[in-house]
Amino acid sequence: MTDLRDLYQEVILDHNKSPHNYREMADASRIALGHNPLCGDKMKLYVRIEGDRIADVAFQGSGCAISKASASIMTDTIKGKTLAEAEALYGKFHDLVTGPPDVKADGAGLGKLAVFSGVREFPARVKCATLPWHTLEMALKSANEVAKTE
Amino acid sequence: MSTATKPSLKIPEARARAYDVESLRAQFPILSRTVHGKPLVYLDNANTTQKPRVVIDADRRYYEEENANIHRGTHWLSEKATEAYEGGRAKVARFLGAASPKEIVFTRGTTEAINLVASSFSQAFLKAGDEILITGLEHHSNIVPWQLACERTGARLVVVPITDDGEVPVDEFEKRLTPRTKLAAVSHVSNALGTINPVKQFIALAHARNVPVLVDGAQAAPHLPIDVTDLDCDFYAVSAHKMYGPTGIGALYGREEWLEKLPPYQGGGDMIASVTFEKTTYNVLPWKFEAGTANIAGGIGFGVAVDWLSGVGLPAVAEHEHELLVDATGKLSVIPGLTIVGRAKEKAAVISFVLENVHPHDIGTILDREGIAIRTGQHCAQPVMDRFGIPATARASFGLYNTREEVDALVAGLAKVSEMFG
Repeated sequence: MTDLRDLYQEVILDHNKSPHNYREMADASRIALGHNPLCGDKMKLYVRIEGDRIADVAFQGSGCAISKASASIMTDTIKGKTLAEAEALYGKFHDLVTGPPDVKADGAGLGKLAVFSGVREFPARVKCATLPWHTLEMALKSANEVAKTE
Repeated sequence: MSTATKPSLKIPEARARAYDVESLRAQFPILSRTVHGKPLVYLDNANTTQKPRVVIDADRRYYEEENANIHRGTHWLSEKATEAYEGGRAKVARFLGAASPKEIVFTRGTTEAINLVASSFSQAFLKAGDEILITGLEHHSNIVPWQLACERTGARLVVVPITDDGEVPVDEFEKRLTPRTKLAAVSHVSNALGTINPVKQFIALAHARNVPVLVDGAQAAPHLPIDVTDLDCDFYAVSAHKMYGPTGIGALYGREEWLEKLPPYQGGGDMIASVTFEKTTYNVLPWKFEAGTANIAGGIGFGVAVDWLSGVGLPAVAEHEHELLVDATGKLSVIPGLTIVGRAKEKAAVISFVLENVHPHDIGTILDREGIAIRTGQHCAQPVMDRFGIPATARASFGLYNTREEVDALVAGLAKVSEMFG
Protein backbone atom coordinates (compact mmCIF):
# COMPACT_ATOMS: atom_id res chain seq x y z
CA MET A 1 0.00 0.00 0.00
CA THR A 2 1.26 3.45 -0.80
CA ASP A 3 1.95 5.71 2.10
CA LEU A 4 0.56 9.21 2.41
CA ARG A 5 4.08 10.39 3.10
CA ASP A 6 5.03 9.39 -0.46
CA LEU A 7 2.77 12.23 -1.52
CA TYR A 8 3.11 14.67 1.33
CA GLN A 9 6.86 14.74 1.75
CA GLU A 10 8.29 17.21 4.26
CA VAL A 11 9.69 19.38 1.45
CA ILE A 12 6.24 19.64 -0.10
CA LEU A 13 4.59 20.53 3.21
CA ASP A 14 7.27 23.19 3.83
CA HIS A 15 6.77 24.78 0.42
CA ASN A 16 3.01 24.70 0.99
CA LYS A 17 3.41 26.55 4.25
CA SER A 18 5.89 29.11 2.95
CA PRO A 19 5.85 29.11 -0.83
CA HIS A 20 8.78 30.69 -2.64
CA ASN A 21 8.29 33.36 -5.29
CA TYR A 22 4.76 33.98 -4.07
CA ARG A 23 4.26 37.60 -5.12
CA GLU A 24 2.98 39.91 -7.77
CA MET A 25 5.39 41.01 -10.49
CA ALA A 26 4.98 44.52 -11.81
CA ASP A 27 7.27 44.12 -14.82
CA ALA A 28 6.18 40.68 -16.04
CA SER A 29 6.38 40.19 -19.78
CA ARG A 30 3.89 37.31 -19.67
CA ILE A 31 1.02 36.53 -17.32
CA ALA A 32 -1.01 33.34 -17.47
CA LEU A 33 -4.03 32.22 -15.46
CA GLY A 34 -4.25 28.54 -14.58
CA HIS A 35 -7.55 27.13 -13.44
CA ASN A 36 -8.67 23.70 -12.39
CA PRO A 37 -12.47 24.00 -12.41
CA LEU A 38 -12.89 20.65 -10.67
CA CYS A 39 -11.23 21.65 -7.43
CA GLY A 40 -11.35 25.42 -7.82
CA ASP A 41 -7.59 25.91 -7.88
CA LYS A 42 -6.59 29.23 -9.41
CA MET A 43 -3.09 30.33 -10.20
CA LYS A 44 -1.66 33.49 -11.67
CA LEU A 45 1.82 33.06 -13.06
CA TYR A 46 4.13 35.98 -13.86
CA VAL A 47 7.15 35.52 -16.10
CA ARG A 48 9.77 38.05 -17.13
CA ILE A 49 11.67 36.92 -20.18
CA GLU A 50 14.98 38.46 -21.18
CA GLY A 51 16.32 37.19 -24.48
CA ASP A 52 15.78 33.44 -24.36
CA ARG A 53 16.01 33.26 -20.59
CA ILE A 54 13.46 33.27 -17.79
CA ALA A 55 14.85 36.19 -15.80
CA ASP A 56 12.16 36.09 -13.14
CA VAL A 57 9.08 34.07 -12.35
CA ALA A 58 6.49 34.37 -9.59
CA PHE A 59 2.98 33.20 -8.79
CA GLN A 60 -0.11 33.92 -6.74
CA GLY A 61 -3.36 32.10 -6.18
CA SER A 62 -5.16 29.51 -4.14
CA GLY A 63 -4.65 25.82 -4.35
CA CYS A 64 -3.96 22.62 -2.52
CA ALA A 65 -0.62 21.72 -0.97
CA ILE A 66 0.45 19.82 -4.05
CA SER A 67 -0.27 22.58 -6.56
CA LYS A 68 1.17 25.29 -4.31
CA ALA A 69 4.37 23.35 -3.58
CA SER A 70 4.65 22.44 -7.25
CA ALA A 71 4.44 26.11 -8.24
CA SER A 72 6.91 27.07 -5.55
CA ILE A 73 9.52 24.50 -6.54
CA MET A 74 8.90 25.01 -10.26
CA THR A 75 9.54 28.75 -10.00
CA ASP A 76 12.71 28.10 -7.97
CA THR A 77 13.92 25.62 -10.55
CA ILE A 78 13.26 27.47 -13.79
CA LYS A 79 14.44 30.89 -12.73
CA GLY A 80 17.50 31.70 -14.85
CA LYS A 81 16.92 28.76 -17.21
CA THR A 82 16.52 29.16 -20.96
CA LEU A 83 13.12 28.63 -22.49
CA ALA A 84 14.33 25.39 -24.07
CA GLU A 85 15.64 24.15 -20.70
CA ALA A 86 12.33 24.95 -19.02
CA GLU A 87 10.46 23.12 -21.78
CA ALA A 88 12.67 20.06 -21.33
CA LEU A 89 12.08 20.10 -17.56
CA TYR A 90 8.34 20.22 -18.14
CA GLY A 91 8.58 17.07 -20.25
CA LYS A 92 10.59 15.26 -17.58
CA PHE A 93 8.30 16.43 -14.79
CA HIS A 94 5.25 15.32 -16.74
CA ASP A 95 6.75 11.84 -17.15
CA LEU A 96 7.61 11.78 -13.45
CA VAL A 97 4.06 12.40 -12.23
CA THR A 98 2.09 10.59 -14.93
CA GLY A 99 4.17 7.43 -15.23
CA PRO A 100 2.72 4.03 -14.31
CA PRO A 101 2.05 3.91 -10.54
CA ASP A 102 3.61 0.47 -10.19
CA VAL A 103 6.92 1.56 -11.70
CA LYS A 104 9.32 3.38 -9.42
CA ALA A 105 9.71 6.97 -10.62
CA ASP A 106 13.08 8.10 -11.90
CA GLY A 107 13.78 11.62 -10.74
CA ALA A 108 17.14 11.87 -12.48
CA GLY A 109 17.94 15.36 -13.71
CA LEU A 110 14.97 16.88 -11.92
CA GLY A 111 16.75 18.08 -8.80
CA LYS A 112 14.28 19.22 -6.15
CA LEU A 113 11.35 18.48 -8.45
CA ALA A 114 11.95 14.79 -7.72
CA VAL A 115 9.98 15.17 -4.45
CA PHE A 116 6.85 14.82 -6.59
CA SER A 117 7.72 11.23 -7.49
CA GLY A 118 4.91 9.97 -5.21
CA VAL A 119 2.21 11.83 -7.12
CA ARG A 120 1.86 9.09 -9.75
CA GLU A 121 0.48 6.81 -7.05
CA PHE A 122 -2.38 9.27 -6.51
CA PRO A 123 -4.04 9.67 -9.92
CA ALA A 124 -6.58 12.16 -8.52
CA ARG A 125 -3.72 14.51 -7.67
CA VAL A 126 -1.74 14.52 -10.92
CA LYS A 127 -3.55 17.60 -12.20
CA CYS A 128 -2.68 19.47 -9.00
CA ALA A 129 1.03 18.90 -9.62
CA THR A 130 0.90 19.77 -13.31
CA LEU A 131 -1.28 22.90 -13.05
CA PRO A 132 1.67 25.29 -12.56
CA TRP A 133 3.50 23.69 -15.49
CA HIS A 134 0.47 23.90 -17.78
CA THR A 135 0.15 27.52 -16.78
CA LEU A 136 3.84 28.11 -17.49
CA GLU A 137 3.48 26.54 -20.91
CA MET A 138 0.55 28.81 -21.67
CA ALA A 139 2.57 31.82 -20.56
CA LEU A 140 5.56 30.87 -22.70
CA LYS A 141 3.59 29.94 -25.80
CA SER A 142 1.16 32.80 -25.68
CA ALA A 143 1.71 35.90 -27.73
CA ASN A 144 -0.90 37.66 -25.65
CA GLU A 145 -0.08 39.13 -22.31
CA VAL A 146 -2.69 37.15 -20.44
CA ALA A 147 -3.25 33.52 -21.32
CA LYS A 148 -5.77 31.20 -19.71
CA THR A 149 -5.71 27.50 -19.22
CA GLU A 150 -8.24 25.08 -17.79
CA MET B 1 -18.37 28.13 15.45
CA SER B 2 -19.39 26.16 18.50
CA THR B 3 -23.16 26.28 18.29
CA ALA B 4 -24.63 23.31 16.52
CA THR B 5 -27.30 23.98 13.95
CA LYS B 6 -30.55 22.46 15.00
CA PRO B 7 -32.71 22.25 11.93
CA SER B 8 -36.28 21.37 12.68
CA LEU B 9 -38.05 18.75 10.65
CA LYS B 10 -41.62 17.79 11.20
CA ILE B 11 -41.50 14.10 11.85
CA PRO B 12 -44.36 11.98 13.14
CA GLU B 13 -43.81 11.02 16.76
CA ALA B 14 -44.81 7.42 16.45
CA ARG B 15 -43.19 5.10 13.98
CA ALA B 16 -44.16 1.58 13.16
CA ARG B 17 -40.78 0.11 14.11
CA ALA B 18 -37.40 1.22 15.34
CA TYR B 19 -34.89 2.31 12.73
CA ASP B 20 -32.45 -0.54 12.33
CA VAL B 21 -29.43 0.92 10.59
CA GLU B 22 -27.43 -2.32 10.77
CA SER B 23 -30.05 -4.34 8.92
CA LEU B 24 -30.22 -1.58 6.30
CA ARG B 25 -26.44 -1.61 5.91
CA ALA B 26 -26.51 -5.36 5.43
CA GLN B 27 -28.58 -4.81 2.28
CA PHE B 28 -25.78 -2.82 0.62
CA PRO B 29 -23.05 -5.19 -0.59
CA ILE B 30 -20.52 -2.40 -1.15
CA LEU B 31 -20.68 -1.23 2.47
CA SER B 32 -18.85 -4.33 3.63
CA ARG B 33 -15.80 -3.67 1.49
CA THR B 34 -12.56 -2.06 2.56
CA VAL B 35 -10.69 0.84 0.92
CA HIS B 36 -6.92 1.16 1.45
CA GLY B 37 -7.26 -1.59 4.03
CA LYS B 38 -9.85 0.31 6.10
CA PRO B 39 -13.61 -0.26 6.29
CA LEU B 40 -15.36 1.99 3.78
CA VAL B 41 -16.96 5.05 5.38
CA TYR B 42 -19.08 6.42 2.57
CA LEU B 43 -19.97 10.06 3.17
CA ASP B 44 -20.43 11.17 -0.43
CA ASN B 45 -24.13 10.49 -0.70
CA ALA B 46 -25.05 13.88 -2.16
CA ASN B 47 -22.82 12.88 -5.06
CA THR B 48 -24.32 9.44 -5.53
CA THR B 49 -25.72 6.85 -3.15
CA GLN B 50 -24.86 3.18 -2.93
CA LYS B 51 -27.31 0.57 -4.20
CA PRO B 52 -29.16 -2.01 -2.15
CA ARG B 53 -29.17 -5.65 -3.22
CA VAL B 54 -32.76 -5.44 -4.53
CA VAL B 55 -31.78 -2.74 -7.04
CA ILE B 56 -28.71 -4.66 -8.20
CA ASP B 57 -30.78 -7.85 -8.51
CA ALA B 58 -33.51 -6.08 -10.50
CA ASP B 59 -30.94 -4.97 -13.04
CA ARG B 60 -29.53 -8.44 -13.47
CA ARG B 61 -32.95 -10.08 -13.50
CA TYR B 62 -34.15 -7.79 -16.26
CA TYR B 63 -31.22 -8.64 -18.52
CA GLU B 64 -31.30 -12.33 -17.65
CA GLU B 65 -35.03 -12.87 -17.89
CA GLU B 66 -36.97 -10.08 -19.57
CA ASN B 67 -34.74 -8.11 -21.92
CA ALA B 68 -36.55 -6.88 -25.04
CA ASN B 69 -37.43 -3.51 -26.50
CA ILE B 70 -40.53 -1.87 -25.14
CA HIS B 71 -43.70 -0.48 -26.75
CA ARG B 72 -42.85 -2.13 -30.07
CA GLY B 73 -43.00 -5.85 -29.83
CA THR B 74 -45.83 -8.23 -30.34
CA HIS B 75 -43.90 -10.91 -28.56
CA TRP B 76 -44.12 -12.04 -24.98
CA LEU B 77 -40.73 -10.70 -23.86
CA SER B 78 -41.48 -7.25 -25.17
CA GLU B 79 -44.75 -7.24 -23.26
CA LYS B 80 -42.95 -8.26 -20.08
CA ALA B 81 -40.30 -5.56 -20.56
CA THR B 82 -42.93 -2.91 -21.28
CA GLU B 83 -44.90 -3.94 -18.25
CA ALA B 84 -41.85 -3.76 -16.00
CA TYR B 85 -40.70 -0.40 -17.38
CA GLU B 86 -44.14 1.21 -17.18
CA GLY B 87 -44.50 -0.38 -13.75
CA GLY B 88 -41.35 1.53 -12.77
CA ARG B 89 -42.94 4.74 -13.97
CA ALA B 90 -46.08 4.08 -11.91
CA LYS B 91 -43.94 3.50 -8.82
CA VAL B 92 -42.04 6.75 -9.33
CA ALA B 93 -45.35 8.58 -9.86
CA ARG B 94 -46.66 7.18 -6.60
CA PHE B 95 -43.42 7.98 -4.77
CA LEU B 96 -43.54 11.64 -5.85
CA GLY B 97 -47.28 12.01 -5.30
CA ALA B 98 -48.07 12.66 -8.98
CA ALA B 99 -51.71 12.43 -10.07
CA SER B 100 -50.87 9.98 -12.85
CA PRO B 101 -47.90 8.09 -14.37
CA LYS B 102 -48.34 10.15 -17.52
CA GLU B 103 -46.96 13.09 -15.55
CA ILE B 104 -43.66 11.23 -15.15
CA VAL B 105 -41.15 11.54 -18.00
CA PHE B 106 -38.11 9.32 -17.68
CA THR B 107 -34.88 11.19 -18.38
CA ARG B 108 -31.18 10.47 -17.93
CA GLY B 109 -31.36 12.33 -14.64
CA THR B 110 -32.13 15.68 -13.06
CA THR B 111 -29.85 17.50 -15.49
CA GLU B 112 -31.69 16.21 -18.54
CA ALA B 113 -35.05 16.85 -16.89
CA ILE B 114 -34.16 20.51 -16.36
CA ASN B 115 -32.73 20.79 -19.87
CA LEU B 116 -35.96 19.35 -21.24
CA VAL B 117 -38.07 22.02 -19.56
CA ALA B 118 -35.60 24.83 -20.31
CA SER B 119 -35.50 23.84 -23.96
CA SER B 120 -39.18 23.14 -24.57
CA PHE B 121 -40.49 25.96 -22.39
CA SER B 122 -38.20 28.57 -23.92
CA GLN B 123 -39.06 27.44 -27.42
CA ALA B 124 -42.77 27.95 -26.82
CA PHE B 125 -43.05 30.68 -24.21
CA LEU B 126 -39.86 32.71 -23.82
CA LYS B 127 -39.05 35.93 -25.65
CA ALA B 128 -36.67 38.85 -25.38
CA GLY B 129 -37.17 40.87 -22.21
CA ASP B 130 -38.69 37.97 -20.24
CA GLU B 131 -37.11 36.82 -17.01
CA ILE B 132 -36.26 33.43 -15.53
CA LEU B 133 -35.85 33.49 -11.77
CA ILE B 134 -33.35 31.21 -10.02
CA THR B 135 -31.54 31.37 -6.67
CA GLY B 136 -27.91 31.84 -5.70
CA LEU B 137 -27.86 28.29 -4.31
CA GLU B 138 -28.33 26.46 -7.59
CA HIS B 139 -26.24 23.60 -8.96
CA HIS B 140 -24.78 24.32 -12.39
CA SER B 141 -27.48 22.08 -13.86
CA ASN B 142 -30.15 24.54 -12.74
CA ILE B 143 -28.18 27.54 -14.02
CA VAL B 144 -26.65 26.67 -17.38
CA PRO B 145 -29.80 25.29 -19.12
CA TRP B 146 -31.52 28.58 -18.32
CA GLN B 147 -28.53 30.60 -19.53
CA LEU B 148 -28.71 28.69 -22.80
CA ALA B 149 -32.45 29.39 -23.02
CA CYS B 150 -31.82 33.08 -22.32
CA GLU B 151 -29.11 33.21 -24.99
CA ARG B 152 -31.48 31.72 -27.54
CA THR B 153 -34.37 34.04 -26.74
CA GLY B 154 -32.94 37.25 -25.33
CA ALA B 155 -34.56 36.59 -21.96
CA ARG B 156 -32.74 37.49 -18.75
CA LEU B 157 -31.64 35.35 -15.81
CA VAL B 158 -32.49 36.89 -12.43
CA VAL B 159 -30.81 35.47 -9.31
CA VAL B 160 -32.18 35.67 -5.77
CA PRO B 161 -29.20 36.33 -3.47
CA ILE B 162 -28.46 34.10 -0.49
CA THR B 163 -27.62 35.07 3.08
CA ASP B 164 -24.41 34.43 5.00
CA ASP B 165 -26.09 31.35 6.48
CA GLY B 166 -26.80 30.02 3.01
CA GLU B 167 -30.55 30.68 3.03
CA VAL B 168 -32.77 32.14 0.32
CA PRO B 169 -35.00 34.70 2.06
CA VAL B 170 -38.64 34.45 0.99
CA ASP B 171 -38.99 38.23 0.72
CA GLU B 172 -35.94 38.44 -1.57
CA PHE B 173 -37.54 35.79 -3.77
CA GLU B 174 -40.87 37.62 -3.80
CA LYS B 175 -39.21 40.94 -4.61
CA ARG B 176 -37.81 39.50 -7.82
CA LEU B 177 -41.09 38.14 -9.13
CA THR B 178 -42.02 40.74 -11.73
CA PRO B 179 -44.54 40.96 -14.56
CA ARG B 180 -41.67 39.83 -16.79
CA THR B 181 -40.97 36.63 -14.81
CA LYS B 182 -41.97 33.67 -16.94
CA LEU B 183 -40.71 30.81 -14.79
CA ALA B 184 -38.94 30.23 -11.48
CA ALA B 185 -36.45 27.36 -11.07
CA VAL B 186 -35.35 26.59 -7.51
CA SER B 187 -33.55 23.79 -5.73
CA HIS B 188 -35.45 22.03 -2.97
CA VAL B 189 -32.23 21.16 -1.13
CA SER B 190 -28.84 22.72 -1.89
CA ASN B 191 -26.22 20.16 -2.89
CA ALA B 192 -23.36 22.38 -1.78
CA LEU B 193 -24.66 23.54 1.61
CA GLY B 194 -27.61 21.32 2.49
CA THR B 195 -30.07 24.21 2.87
CA ILE B 196 -33.70 23.14 2.62
CA ASN B 197 -35.48 25.89 0.71
CA PRO B 198 -39.05 26.91 1.59
CA VAL B 199 -40.17 25.83 -1.87
CA LYS B 200 -43.83 25.58 -0.92
CA GLN B 201 -43.82 29.29 -0.06
CA PHE B 202 -41.91 30.12 -3.25
CA ILE B 203 -44.46 28.20 -5.29
CA ALA B 204 -47.44 29.91 -3.66
CA LEU B 205 -45.91 33.34 -4.25
CA ALA B 206 -45.05 32.53 -7.86
CA HIS B 207 -48.46 31.04 -8.58
CA ALA B 208 -50.13 34.17 -7.19
CA ARG B 209 -48.50 35.87 -10.18
CA ASN B 210 -49.18 33.02 -12.61
CA VAL B 211 -45.51 32.06 -12.73
CA PRO B 212 -44.84 28.32 -13.08
CA VAL B 213 -42.18 26.77 -10.85
CA LEU B 214 -39.64 24.04 -11.53
CA VAL B 215 -38.11 22.43 -8.47
CA ASP B 216 -34.71 20.73 -8.68
CA GLY B 217 -35.36 17.88 -6.27
CA ALA B 218 -32.17 15.90 -6.84
CA GLN B 219 -30.99 16.40 -3.26
CA ALA B 220 -34.40 16.36 -1.59
CA ALA B 221 -35.99 13.17 -2.89
CA PRO B 222 -33.57 10.80 -1.10
CA HIS B 223 -34.00 12.58 2.23
CA LEU B 224 -37.48 14.05 2.65
CA PRO B 225 -41.00 12.86 1.90
CA ILE B 226 -41.93 14.50 -1.42
CA ASP B 227 -45.48 15.19 -2.57
CA VAL B 228 -45.61 17.21 -5.76
CA THR B 229 -49.39 17.60 -5.44
CA ASP B 230 -49.05 19.09 -1.98
CA LEU B 231 -46.14 21.30 -3.07
CA ASP B 232 -48.26 22.34 -6.07
CA CYS B 233 -45.11 22.66 -8.21
CA ASP B 234 -45.34 22.55 -11.99
CA PHE B 235 -42.15 20.55 -12.55
CA TYR B 236 -40.04 18.45 -10.21
CA ALA B 237 -36.76 16.86 -11.30
CA VAL B 238 -34.99 13.91 -9.67
CA SER B 239 -32.10 11.47 -10.27
CA ALA B 240 -32.43 7.79 -9.41
CA HIS B 241 -28.75 7.40 -8.56
CA LYS B 242 -29.06 9.78 -5.61
CA MET B 243 -32.07 7.76 -4.40
CA TYR B 244 -30.34 4.37 -4.06
CA GLY B 245 -31.28 3.58 -7.66
CA PRO B 246 -29.29 3.07 -10.85
CA THR B 247 -27.26 5.73 -12.67
CA GLY B 248 -28.36 7.11 -16.01
CA ILE B 249 -32.04 7.38 -15.15
CA GLY B 250 -34.11 10.09 -13.56
CA ALA B 251 -37.52 11.62 -13.86
CA LEU B 252 -39.26 14.83 -14.64
CA TYR B 253 -42.61 15.25 -12.98
CA GLY B 254 -44.63 17.73 -15.02
CA ARG B 255 -48.13 18.90 -14.31
CA GLU B 256 -50.24 17.37 -17.09
CA GLU B 257 -51.48 20.68 -18.48
CA TRP B 258 -47.88 21.92 -18.75
CA LEU B 259 -46.58 18.77 -20.40
CA GLU B 260 -49.45 19.01 -22.90
CA LYS B 261 -48.49 22.61 -23.69
CA LEU B 262 -44.76 22.04 -24.11
CA PRO B 263 -43.39 21.02 -27.51
CA PRO B 264 -41.31 17.80 -27.70
CA TYR B 265 -37.71 17.91 -26.54
CA GLN B 266 -36.05 15.42 -28.86
CA GLY B 267 -37.39 13.79 -32.00
CA GLY B 268 -37.16 10.12 -32.87
CA GLY B 269 -38.81 6.79 -32.45
CA ASP B 270 -41.41 6.15 -29.75
CA MET B 271 -42.25 9.85 -29.29
CA ILE B 272 -44.44 9.96 -32.41
CA ALA B 273 -47.96 8.90 -33.29
CA SER B 274 -47.57 9.16 -37.05
CA VAL B 275 -44.79 10.29 -39.35
CA THR B 276 -44.99 11.37 -42.97
CA PHE B 277 -42.58 13.66 -44.78
CA GLU B 278 -45.27 16.32 -44.71
CA LYS B 279 -46.35 16.12 -41.10
CA THR B 280 -45.61 14.29 -37.89
CA THR B 281 -47.99 13.99 -34.99
CA TYR B 282 -46.63 13.30 -31.56
CA ASN B 283 -47.31 10.55 -29.12
CA VAL B 284 -49.42 11.13 -26.02
CA LEU B 285 -47.95 11.82 -22.58
CA PRO B 286 -45.47 10.93 -21.31
CA TRP B 287 -43.97 9.26 -24.40
CA LYS B 288 -44.08 12.53 -26.35
CA PHE B 289 -40.91 13.38 -24.42
CA GLU B 290 -39.17 10.02 -24.68
CA ALA B 291 -37.44 9.65 -28.03
CA GLY B 292 -35.47 6.53 -28.83
CA THR B 293 -35.05 3.32 -26.90
CA ALA B 294 -35.22 4.15 -23.24
CA ASN B 295 -32.98 3.09 -20.37
CA ILE B 296 -35.32 0.18 -19.72
CA ALA B 297 -33.28 -1.50 -17.00
CA GLY B 298 -32.86 1.90 -15.39
CA GLY B 299 -36.60 2.61 -15.31
CA ILE B 300 -37.24 -0.78 -13.76
CA GLY B 301 -34.45 -0.32 -11.21
CA PHE B 302 -35.67 3.18 -10.38
CA GLY B 303 -39.09 1.74 -9.55
CA VAL B 304 -37.53 -0.90 -7.32
CA ALA B 305 -35.42 1.75 -5.57
CA VAL B 306 -38.32 4.07 -4.74
CA ASP B 307 -40.43 1.16 -3.52
CA TRP B 308 -37.54 0.07 -1.33
CA LEU B 309 -37.06 3.64 -0.06
CA SER B 310 -40.77 3.93 0.72
CA GLY B 311 -40.50 0.65 2.58
CA VAL B 312 -37.75 2.06 4.78
CA GLY B 313 -39.92 5.16 5.16
CA LEU B 314 -38.84 8.69 4.31
CA PRO B 315 -39.92 10.17 7.65
CA ALA B 316 -37.72 7.63 9.44
CA VAL B 317 -34.85 8.28 7.04
CA ALA B 318 -35.18 12.04 7.58
CA GLU B 319 -35.11 11.58 11.34
CA HIS B 320 -32.09 9.28 11.27
CA GLU B 321 -30.13 11.58 8.98
CA HIS B 322 -31.11 14.59 11.05
CA GLU B 323 -29.65 12.92 14.13
CA LEU B 324 -26.41 12.35 12.20
CA LEU B 325 -26.42 15.97 11.06
CA VAL B 326 -26.79 17.28 14.60
CA ASP B 327 -24.14 14.87 15.90
CA ALA B 328 -21.65 15.68 13.12
CA THR B 329 -22.31 19.42 13.24
CA GLY B 330 -21.62 19.43 16.97
CA LYS B 331 -18.44 17.37 16.68
CA LEU B 332 -17.02 19.21 13.65
CA SER B 333 -17.82 22.65 15.07
CA VAL B 334 -15.37 22.21 17.95
CA ILE B 335 -12.43 21.20 15.73
CA PRO B 336 -9.92 24.09 15.85
CA GLY B 337 -9.77 26.01 12.56
CA LEU B 338 -12.81 24.28 11.08
CA THR B 339 -15.63 26.40 9.71
CA ILE B 340 -18.92 25.00 8.50
CA VAL B 341 -20.13 26.79 5.38
CA GLY B 342 -23.91 26.98 5.22
CA ARG B 343 -25.72 27.17 8.53
CA ALA B 344 -29.32 27.30 7.46
CA LYS B 345 -31.95 26.62 10.08
CA GLU B 346 -33.48 23.96 7.84
CA LYS B 347 -30.81 21.61 6.57
CA ALA B 348 -30.48 18.18 5.06
CA ALA B 349 -27.59 16.03 6.27
CA VAL B 350 -24.91 17.79 4.23
CA ILE B 351 -21.96 19.49 5.89
CA SER B 352 -19.70 21.66 3.78
CA PHE B 353 -16.63 22.83 5.62
CA VAL B 354 -13.23 24.41 5.29
CA LEU B 355 -10.19 23.89 7.47
CA GLU B 356 -7.74 26.69 8.15
CA ASN B 357 -4.48 26.29 6.21
CA VAL B 358 -5.56 23.02 4.57
CA HIS B 359 -7.02 22.90 1.10
CA PRO B 360 -10.14 20.69 0.74
CA HIS B 361 -8.37 18.55 -1.85
CA ASP B 362 -5.70 17.62 0.67
CA ILE B 363 -8.39 16.82 3.24
CA GLY B 364 -10.02 14.53 0.69
CA THR B 365 -6.81 12.63 -0.08
CA ILE B 366 -5.91 12.08 3.56
CA LEU B 367 -9.44 10.96 4.51
CA ASP B 368 -9.45 8.63 1.51
CA ARG B 369 -6.44 6.82 2.96
CA GLU B 370 -8.57 6.23 6.05
CA GLY B 371 -11.28 4.67 3.89
CA ILE B 372 -13.46 7.76 4.20
CA ALA B 373 -15.08 9.03 1.00
CA ILE B 374 -16.11 12.67 0.95
CA ARG B 375 -16.35 15.17 -1.88
CA THR B 376 -14.04 18.13 -2.24
CA GLY B 377 -14.13 21.03 -4.67
CA GLN B 378 -16.83 23.33 -5.93
CA HIS B 379 -19.64 20.76 -6.01
CA CYS B 380 -20.83 22.02 -9.42
CA ALA B 381 -21.89 25.18 -7.63
CA GLN B 382 -19.18 27.71 -8.41
CA PRO B 383 -21.44 30.73 -7.70
CA VAL B 384 -22.05 29.40 -4.17
CA MET B 385 -18.29 29.17 -3.58
CA ASP B 386 -17.83 32.69 -5.00
CA ARG B 387 -20.59 33.97 -2.72
CA PHE B 388 -18.59 32.85 0.32
CA GLY B 389 -15.25 33.90 -1.18
CA ILE B 390 -13.78 30.41 -0.98
CA PRO B 391 -12.28 28.33 -3.78
CA ALA B 392 -13.72 25.05 -2.59
CA THR B 393 -15.05 23.12 0.39
CA ALA B 394 -14.87 19.62 1.76
CA ARG B 395 -18.33 18.08 1.96
CA ALA B 396 -19.57 15.18 4.05
CA SER B 397 -23.07 14.11 3.07
CA PHE B 398 -24.97 11.42 4.88
CA GLY B 399 -27.33 8.70 3.72
CA LEU B 400 -29.80 6.41 5.39
CA TYR B 401 -27.11 3.78 6.12
CA ASN B 402 -24.59 6.04 7.86
CA THR B 403 -23.91 5.70 11.56
CA ARG B 404 -22.64 7.72 14.48
CA GLU B 405 -19.53 5.55 14.43
CA GLU B 406 -18.88 6.87 10.93
CA VAL B 407 -19.24 10.44 12.19
CA ASP B 408 -16.56 9.56 14.75
CA ALA B 409 -14.38 8.07 11.99
CA LEU B 410 -14.67 11.36 10.11
CA VAL B 411 -13.65 13.30 13.21
CA ALA B 412 -10.67 10.97 13.76
CA GLY B 413 -9.71 11.32 10.10
CA LEU B 414 -9.78 15.10 10.37
CA ALA B 415 -7.46 14.86 13.37
CA LYS B 416 -4.97 13.10 11.08
CA VAL B 417 -5.34 15.91 8.58
CA SER B 418 -4.55 18.49 11.26
CA GLU B 419 -1.63 16.38 12.44
CA MET B 420 -0.05 16.34 8.98
CA PHE B 421 -0.67 20.00 8.27
CA GLY B 422 -0.30 21.24 11.85
